[in-house]
Order: sequence, then structure tokens, then C-alpha cells
Amino acid sequence: MALVLTEEQQLLRDTATQFFQERAPVASLRKLRDSKDASGFDRALWREMANLGFAGILISEKYGGTDFGPMGIGVVLEQAGRTLAATPLISTVLLGGSAIQLAGNATQRQDLLPTIAAGECLIALALEEGPHHNPSHIETIAKSIDADHFSLSGHKVFVLDGHVADLLIVAARTGGQAHDRHGITLFLVDPKAQGVTINRSHMVDSRNAASIRFENVKVSASDVLGSVDGGSDVLDQVLDIARIGLAAEMLGSLQQAFDETVTYLKERKQFGVPIGSFQALKHRAAIMFAEIEICRSVVLDALSALDERRNDVPLMASLAKARLSETARLVTNECLQMHGGMGMTDQFNIGLYMKRARVAAATFGNVDFHRDRYASLDGF
Amino acid sequence: MDALETFRQETRQWLEANCPPSMRTPMPEEESPWGGRRATWPNPDSKKWLDAMASRGWTAPTWPRQYGGGGLGKDEARILSQELGRLKARPALMSFGIWMLGPALLEYANEEQKLEHLPKIVRGEIRWCQGYSEPGAGSDLAGLATKCEDKGDHYLVNGQKIWTSYADKADWIFCLVRTDTSTKHDGISFLLFDMESPGVEARPITMISGASPFCETFFTDVKVPKKNLVGELNKGWTIAKRLLQHERDMISSMGLGGGSAGGLGGIEKAARDYVGADAKGRVANPALRERIAQQKMDGRAFALTLARTTEEAKAGQGMGAASSIFKYYGTELNKRRYELLLDVLGTQALGWEGDGFNQDELDVTRAWLRSKGNSIEGGTSEVQLNVVAKRVLGLPD
Repeated sequence: MALVLTEEQQLLRDTATQFFQERAPVASLRKLRDSKDASGFDRALWREMANLGFAGILISEKYGGTDFGPMGIGVVLEQAGRTLAATPLISTVLLGGSAIQLAGNATQRQDLLPTIAAGECLIALALEEGPHHNPSHIETIAKSIDADHFSLSGHKVFVLDGHVADLLIVAARTGGQAHDRHGITLFLVDPKAQGVTINRSHMVDSRNAASIRFENVKVSASDVLGSVDGGSDVLDQVLDIARIGLAAEMLGSLQQAFDETVTYLKERKQFGVPIGSFQALKHRAAIMFAEIEICRSVVLDALSALDERRNDVPLMASLAKARLSETARLVTNECLQMHGGMGMTDQFNIGLYMKRARVAAATFGNVDFHRDRYASLDGF
Repeated sequence: MDALETFRQETRQWLEANCPPSMRTPMPEEESPWGGRRATWPNPDSKKWLDAMASRGWTAPTWPRQYGGGGLGKDEARILSQELGRLKARPALMSFGIWMLGPALLEYANEEQKLEHLPKIVRGEIRWCQGYSEPGAGSDLAGLATKCEDKGDHYLVNGQKIWTSYADKADWIFCLVRTDTSTKHDGISFLLFDMESPGVEARPITMISGASPFCETFFTDVKVPKKNLVGELNKGWTIAKRLLQHERDMISSMGLGGGSAGGLGGIEKAARDYVGADAKGRVANPALRERIAQQKMDGRAFALTLARTTEEAKAGQGMGAASSIFKYYGTELNKRRYELLLDVLGTQALGWEGDGFNQDELDVTRAWLRSKGNSIEGGTSEVQLNVVAKRVLGLPD
């Protein structure tokens, strides 16, 4: 178990802290939102991140990555969370890169991993089909039309970075019933292929998502990622990496929202005194502090579970995602309340942190999903 | 073989030879080895085990040898604890002297006091109690009023303490007394005296759990030799605070029983037994199952936080700010655990005595009642939150 950072990881954290604060402050997200930026993220910034090695953190050196491992990406995501940086780290590094490393054949890895590490290929996972995370409920159908081709039809929602992706990974059913784990296959699909219609979804957190319709899209059998009908095992592993990484991002966000609120409590005066001198607020602030410290331990242990390839990764992923989602709700609600009327204004950042917290909580399974999963994994 | 490995081998052999078989079984409450002048030994092996451990100073493994301690380094002490765990050995001695007073004496007492008191603590000869709270000084402990007057060749103590744990069974008391009424924190002194001194009276208080571990303790013209003052006159508050830290650490570890339910197995096992399970082995009531999951997740998360603090200390980062939340979080968690157990066991956890309930069930009832005190004793949750707000977050008074 590693619950403290190594020197190398501390250096990476310092680099990431400086980078996001200088190059991607909250003002950048506001600018993307207010200018209705077509990409929804800053391509030049993403190239800079790739140059710093962030895009290839999970990719081994032989494919051009930096191979800092899960603890490394966790450190970077936490800092990205502090400034609400809109980047393809989740879609492309956590989901896409991991899926290709885990399930890709030699050709797919050789073709894709170096371009991901270089920041030249954005990947989106088209998985969800309804408003609730449900990775085995897949109705999108992939019919075998000849020995070498499938035809894909269905509708996907909440595809992160779906409208800017250079490549889609689509979960489709090649066997079984709508709820079966077995019979799901992952396909690499060109977003420009005939029959693919992508609509950008404007989410409350101003981050990228899309709904995508597939109508008889012809896909080559060589573009199957992993084995036919065996996609669920890959999805489970990829999603656990993403859940833990997202929990790290959430940790940074709620720490920042909390820090700003503590500062506000010391500065804002009413009745002639700082409002932070009122015990009604002090105790609530202290409780938030306690919950955030607990969250930090959970995130660190979940990241080291991935690092050490422990067999309790699924359990830790659910613990981390549930715990962070729960605490993010508490902290953002309390911080907004403590900001009073100013917290309701768009001018203050606290609202942005709350919006992001809710979207992040709903991504890859909310509190209910992961409590249920934790209980099942724990055998009760 | 390196020195630590040699130590482990020797320790293992010695424990195998000296830990009586009955001391490797779960300990019934009445066999708790508190020691003291009036100790009773319902199981004679408890006494043998205490004497054996005390002969090596291993009831206080890290204390210096000249005071009767084991003189072990941190690594050796950890190995000893692991080897004791391997045997599932009972504690040889349970003692406020070891957990609370001893560390304070080592830091603040003079040589004569250390030589007089520490060896007797190690050997379990003297049982100590803590005279801190008073009827008018609970959370505001520094408001204590027990009067201590300098009468030339002795001190004269008058006043009342409350919540004195086991005062009716203790031999000596370490006591906070007021030696200057013109100031608050700077008028408190730390005094040791014999509970057999004329004018000391301890009356047990019956608690909601039916047990009486606490007393009201009265002092009427109690004469105390002047050599029994620890540290300087009016400087007792510093010692008191340090000692409270030891006490809080002791209490906060209670939250770690995340999934356990005494003799009933894990809380989820109890739920299957008392509520039932579906075909997949899931707890039949989904709402209850979710609460159990939440409890277990919180327990795991808290345990990870304790582990993180230990790692941070080892890495030379000192006691992190996280440690300030342990008392608050651990005790609140423990209270929630018992509330959950009550719901799991239904009316079987609501019996008081007699037929219709087994001992494990009755134990849950009593432990549930006892757990309510966790967030009150040793600094209430509210006081803990005040401390975090002030010392960690820097919020203004």
C-alpha cells in the first residue's frame, strides 16, 4: 500500500499544479463556455499537455508514453480538477488508451498508442444508452453481414468528447439479450463513417458530451477490439480505471471549492465579524474537512491498487467513486450555502464546481450504483 | 540473520514458552487484567501471564529499562506486537497507567517520581484513575475548581471530580487541581495521590447501559505530600493536554470495528441471519443492505486514513492534519455502527436480561448504549470540531 507520494510523483504534481493554474485556470472554462467554442476544449493546450507527457502517462515507453502509471495520472487529474480544466484526459487517456492497451492486438496498439501519447488522436467510448450508467445494458446491435464485416445500428448517449473524437470505441451487442454481460463486443469506428450521426450535448458543466446514432454502419472485423462477445471483461477493467481517475479529479475539485470557501469565511463580514467565527459554520467546515481527508485516503489507496494490480481494484473503484460522489455533493452544497447570495451568482466559481460535481457523480455510476456494486463484490 | 529477525525468533520462542494456553483464548470481561492492590484473578493464568510479561518490561515495551520498561525500539516493539497477535494473546495488563499516565510522567516527572511510580505501573501493582472532569468543568475542563492549598509541609485538597473511571477500584489518582484562582489555564497543577488517603470517597454512577464504570469522587481535606506535584506549580495544563491526546488516540480506534458485530460475525452475516437473504446471497432488505454497504465503506475509508497517517509519519512528514479528525470521525462511525446493528437484530437487540436473548444479543444492546459515550468522553465531538476549525482551518474566534 502506498498512501504517500514518491519524490518523482511529487515533482509531477508540482509540474501539473503550475501548469493547470497558469495555462488552464477556471477562466479558461468560462471562455470556452461563453464563446460557445466549437471544440469545447483548447487544442493548443492539449498539445502542450502531450508535450509534458500527460497524454501518455498510462502508455508504456515503447509506444511513446511516459509510463508514470495510475498514481501519475491520479496526481495530474487531481490538479486538473482544482481548476476545472476541460481536457480529453478522461475520454482519451483513461478510457480510450486503457481499452487499447488492455484489449488491442499488436497492429491496433502500434497504430494508436503512439498517436494517443502524442496528443494527436482523441478517442471516445460510446457506451451508455440511457440516463443511468449500466454497462451491460446494450441494445446497439452489430450484425455479422459477411465473413469480414459487421453492420452496427443503435443509439448512444453521454459519449464524453464524442463530437471531437478522431476514433470511437463502440460497445455493441453480438449475442445474448439486452441485459446480458456476455455477447458485448467493442468496435473501433471512424466517426466519419457513413451512417454515423453525432450531436453535441451541452451539459450543465460545460464539458463535452454527445449523442451518437449508428445506422447500418459497416465495420471491418479487423476493427473488433478484443474478442467478439467478450467485451464486458475489458469494459469492467477500463471503467474501473476511469472511475478511480475521475475520483482523483473530483478530489481536486472539492478540495479547491472547500479551500476557497474557508478563505471566504475568513473575509466575509456580517454583524461586524468574519462569518467564519460563527460556530454554526465552523462545525460544518470542520466536518467537510474530515470528509475530504477521508476521501483523499480512499483515492490514494484506489490508485495504488491499480498501480500494484491488486485484486481488490473493483472494490476500491466502487468505494472511491461512491465516496467521492457523496462527499462532492455535501461539499459543493455546503460551500454554495456558505457563500450566501454570492454563491448563486455566475461570477463566483462555486456554482461551476457544483455543476461539475453533479456531472462527475453521474459519470461511470453514481453513489447508488457503486454502493450496490460494493455490496455485491463484498458478498452480501 | 539481522538483529530484528533474531529478536523476532527469540521473542516467538519466549512467548510460546511463557504465554499460558488459556491466555490465547478470547477474554471474558471479568478476566480483564487491570492489576492493582485489590486485583482478583478469577483465572490464575492471568496473573502468571502478567508477571511473565512484566519481568521483561513488555507490559510497557518502549519505556526505558531503568523504569522497568522493555527498552525496545519502535521496530522491536512492532515485532513484539505482531508476535503477540500471532498467538492471539490476551493483553497481559490493561492500565491507564500505561496508556495515559506513564507517557506523561516520562516527559514531565522528576527522576524520583519516575523511579517510584513507573516500575509499579509496569508490574501492574498500582492501578491508576484519572481525576479530570468536574460537575462544573466538562468540555470546559480548564474551568475546574478542586481546591489545592499549600499548607507548608503538604497540600490540602478539597473538591469533587466526576466520570472518574474505576475510581472505586483504583489505588492512586492523577488529578488536576486548582492552585491559583486568579487565572484560568495558568492556575492548574498536576497532582498524584493515594486513593486510601483519609478524605477520599468514590461513589459509582449507574450508566444507561446498566454498568458502573464511572464514579463521583469526593475530596475532603485530603493531605497530599508536596513531592507528589508533577512538573511546576500552575503548569499542569500542559501535562493535562498532552495526556488528553493519548486518551483521544485510545478512544478513536473504536471506530475501526467497521464490519464486526461481536460474537455474531460480520454485520452482513448478522443481517443474513436476522433478516434473510435472497437466492444470490444478498441481504433480503435492499434498504438495509445499502446501509450496511455504506457503513462498511466508511469503515474501510477511515481505516485507510489511519494507515495514511502512519505512512506519512514514517515518511517523515509528521502527524498530518488528518489525525485531528480521528476522535470525531471514529466515534461517530462507531455510534452509527451500533444503530445499524440494532436495526439488523430487530427486537433481539432490545432485550435487557433473562430468557429469550443470547449473550451476543445482550452484549449488542449494552454496547450500543455504551457507544453513546464515545463522542462525549475525552472531548466531545463538538469540541473536536472546534479544535479542527481553529487549529487546522484557522477560522477566527
